[in-house]
Amino acid sequence: MKGWLKDFSGSVCVLILLTIGLINLWSASNTAGSSLFAKQILWVLIGSGLGLWCYLTDYKQFEDVAYYLYFGGVFLLSLLYPFGVEIEGAKRWLGFGGFYIQPSEFAKLGLILALARYFSKRPFQGDLSLSDLGLPIVMVLLPFFLVIFQPDLGTGLVLVGILGILTLWIGVRKRTLLFLGVLGGFGCVGGWFLLKDYQRQRILSFLDPWKDPLGSGYHLIQSKIAIGSGSIWGKGIQLGTQARLGFLPEYHTDFVFALLGEEWGFVGAAVVILLFLGFLLWAFETAQKAKDPFGRFLAMGITSLFLLHVTINIGMALGLLPVVGLPLPFFSYGGSCTVVSLMAVGLLSSIRKRRRFFGA
Amino acid sequence: MSKSSPKGKWLFWAILIVFMILLGRAWQLQIIEGEKYRQLAEKNRLRLEKVIPPRGRIFDRKGRLIVGNKPSFDLFVVPADLKGKESFAREVSSLLGLPEEEILKRINGARSPFEMVRLKKDLTFEELSRISANLWDFPALRILVTPTRVYPQGPVAPHVIGTVGEITQEELRRFRDKGYEVGDYIGKSGLEFQYEDLLKGKKGGRQVEVDALGRRVRILQEIEPEPGWDLYLNIDLDLQLKAQSLLEGKRGAIVAIDPRSGEILAMASSPSFDPREFGRFMDPEKWRLLAEDPSHPLTNRAIQGVYAPGSVFKIIVALGALTMGQVEPHERFYCSGYFSLGNRTFRCWKEEGHGSVDLYKGIVQSCDVYFYQLGLRIGPKAMAEFARLFGLGDLTGVDLPGEKKGFLPHPQRGKWFGGDTVVMAIGQGRLAVTPLQLATFISAVANEGKLYRPFLVREAKAPSGRLIRFNPQLKGEIPLPQEVFQTIKTALEGVVQDPQGTGRAARLEGIRVAGKTGTAQVRGMPQRVKDPSLLPYEHRDHAWFVAYADADYPSIAVSVLVEHGGTGGGAAAPLARELIKYWLGVQP
Repeated sequence: MKGWLKDFSGSVCVLILLTIGLINLWSASNTAGSSLFAKQILWVLIGSGLGLWCYLTDYKQFEDVAYYLYFGGVFLLSLLYPFGVEIEGAKRWLGFGGFYIQPSEFAKLGLILALARYFSKRPFQGDLSLSDLGLPIVMVLLPFFLVIFQPDLGTGLVLVGILGILTLWIGVRKRTLLFLGVLGGFGCVGGWFLLKDYQRQRILSFLDPWKDPLGSGYHLIQSKIAIGSGSIWGKGIQLGTQARLGFLPEYHTDFVFALLGEEWGFVGAAVVILLFLGFLLWAFETAQKAKDPFGRFLAMGITSLFLLHVTINIGMALGLLPVVGLPLPFFSYGGSCTVVSLMAVGLLSSIRKRRRFFGA
Repeated sequence: MSKSSPKGKWLFWAILIVFMILLGRAWQLQIIEGEKYRQLAEKNRLRLEKVIPPRGRIFDRKGRLIVGNKPSFDLFVVPADLKGKESFAREVSSLLGLPEEEILKRINGARSPFEMVRLKKDLTFEELSRISANLWDFPALRILVTPTRVYPQGPVAPHVIGTVGEITQEELRRFRDKGYEVGDYIGKSGLEFQYEDLLKGKKGGRQVEVDALGRRVRILQEIEPEPGWDLYLNIDLDLQLKAQSLLEGKRGAIVAIDPRSGEILAMASSPSFDPREFGRFMDPEKWRLLAEDPSHPLTNRAIQGVYAPGSVFKIIVALGALTMGQVEPHERFYCSGYFSLGNRTFRCWKEEGHGSVDLYKGIVQSCDVYFYQLGLRIGPKAMAEFARLFGLGDLTGVDLPGEKKGFLPHPQRGKWFGGDTVVMAIGQGRLAVTPLQLATFISAVANEGKLYRPFLVREAKAPSGRLIRFNPQLKGEIPLPQEVFQTIKTALEGVVQDPQGTGRAARLEGIRVAGKTGTAQVRGMPQRVKDPSLLPYEHRDHAWFVAYADADYPSIAVSVLVEHGGTGGGAAAPLARELIKYWLGVQP
């Protein structure tokens, strides 16, 4: 494949995913609210503009302001406590004149930038030691604690996951890994008791959704029914009964993939999964081939961000993972996620472009 | 890949594997288990609703509606679908005018959150439209339409018609093969029970699409229900109402039969009940009161009340004795007011005695002493045998459930004494008959031996126009000589027409009524009480009167029983007279 074509293949995947995602949302808007589709188009346009800007800007400039952006994200998160808008028991949104933004989405990008800068400035590029990881862990825990009490378990997991993938990808000393593993294990056990009741229920119901089919297992069951009933070819756009008749909850946000599976069938679901795979491998390659450390870590951070979002969201819809509220990039309705995702794609493309110009 | 990150290559494979797992899972759910989930999705959205057919209506012999149907709109709430009880109660309260506390009380009283709790039954049209307009905002509300019985003429023969109610667990088991489901209605008693299979019709079905809150989105398919068959009774509405009004304030039963066919023209039992209070939402307290009422208003005394026939039985003794040649019509016996058998004395109801008595006088004046001797002549077995010929001691076969057989004694050597025979000859002791049995019996006498099965339903008509006709059924011809019947019938006419007759109260201008009085003793032997009203009510005798008219061409036979009414001639005969007068007046 020609180099430039390869460079653009990721963006092409994103373009197709965005198109399918918009059609899918248009289908959802039929019952979930007609303004939803128009708003999402607006978000996509804004996101594309910002993405293009990221693409055209030298990402090195972000390196200089990485920590500021990180603290900006943390600051936005902390604003949720006094000013957050509570929707269905969770304070995840900040209201700005009729628009809501989700600071956690921006905080993720801020964290990735900060981590990339930190790791790129590390004097010895060998396996990570515990002392190497001290500051990154603090950088993760700060927003982590801010989000899990919103409560937003999904974003918390993503924050930890980004650092985890980055660490493993860079390489880590075995002793350090073992120590962190044990620490993490205790953290999970302790965390179980910190979880809200409904979060615990979700995990339990994942293990046996039929125990309480109308209660906590409901989302899981209805999502599986929606996807499974799509069979090979799907029921057709706007013809998904699970979503249209309200059996499938949140089918325009967290369970958007279930709507897709129901209406587009296995064919649609497989195409989307493969497009995400193509995009992620492209992103991964971008990270592997980036010449400068900051670009490399930034690309890897973004890759892990998408990897976590996509696999957790689709895995949840398919009933492989417990229900955690995470949007599916390019599919779920929501401005913050769409804008951040498209900016991230712009950054990846930028990194890739500069590799070509300055690299081998 | 990159030289700079040789250790990172594993992540490439990790990504690949994770996505293959996702793909494989989608394959599993959509391709392998696709059919299963498709069905689950269908089950989610599709509901099968049964459509209840209107139950068959019931008309009188002239086609006048006695029992019809109307839809009753009942309002229910499913507690499981409620978002907030208090706000719901407040809003529905303002909609219906039901007190909030009452609504909350009912919701909290539900045994399970999925149980439908009734808020109001039989909504008015206004309430219905108000609720319907707001139904979308209250997904927990349900309006159920149930065809309900209506009785446009008021309670007409409620014991005969019977009641309809929701099927019980026990009935579901019993009629397992008949396709009943929980919540169905079923005839509980009377004709509603007897003709259930014709009346119930065939359920229809409706496949509807519902949303997650159970609200109906659209109807996908519908199979029309088939209404039940209409029943046309032999009962005449006017005569029935007449009979009911005659029994007003009394306990007892009246049966009127066309002796030429066995058609039951009227069947009344008193005290009675109002069928409109029955059905799905009967107040349990009301039910308890009715069921435990010592006067047994739910019992159909015409077929379930058993009483000693009293002197009515003398007709049988006379018929038997004449047939067996044990007595000549003109053979005379002397009645001094009492009769001695061994060391026991049996009194005649007339203290001063009847003097010299032949068959005619014996029947007309109902002389006990005359019949003591006739009974002794033919013996208890023969008396029971003749009674059996006329259908006593056995079911008449009327098309109603729960009919009683009554009782005829089986005289056994060593346990039966002459005294028992004497008592039996005047229809007392252990004999027990129902008013319907005596009505069929007197019909057979009027018919000179033709015994018809009494029946209530003459026709059943399907909505398609198909017709079932129920024809008179001759159970048998009683092989007694014509002249025996003639002799008896002359005497029976005398009972009413003769100046000395006990049944003179049944006399009618221009109509030759024949009949026989009877008094079923409640306590001991004949009471010589001048004024029975002096006795405690429960100790007073039951009054019988059986009759037919016109004597030569009988077209109506009547059996009247008045519990604790005193003498047959005084309490029962006037009722028979009114009934006959009315019937022959309208139908010459």
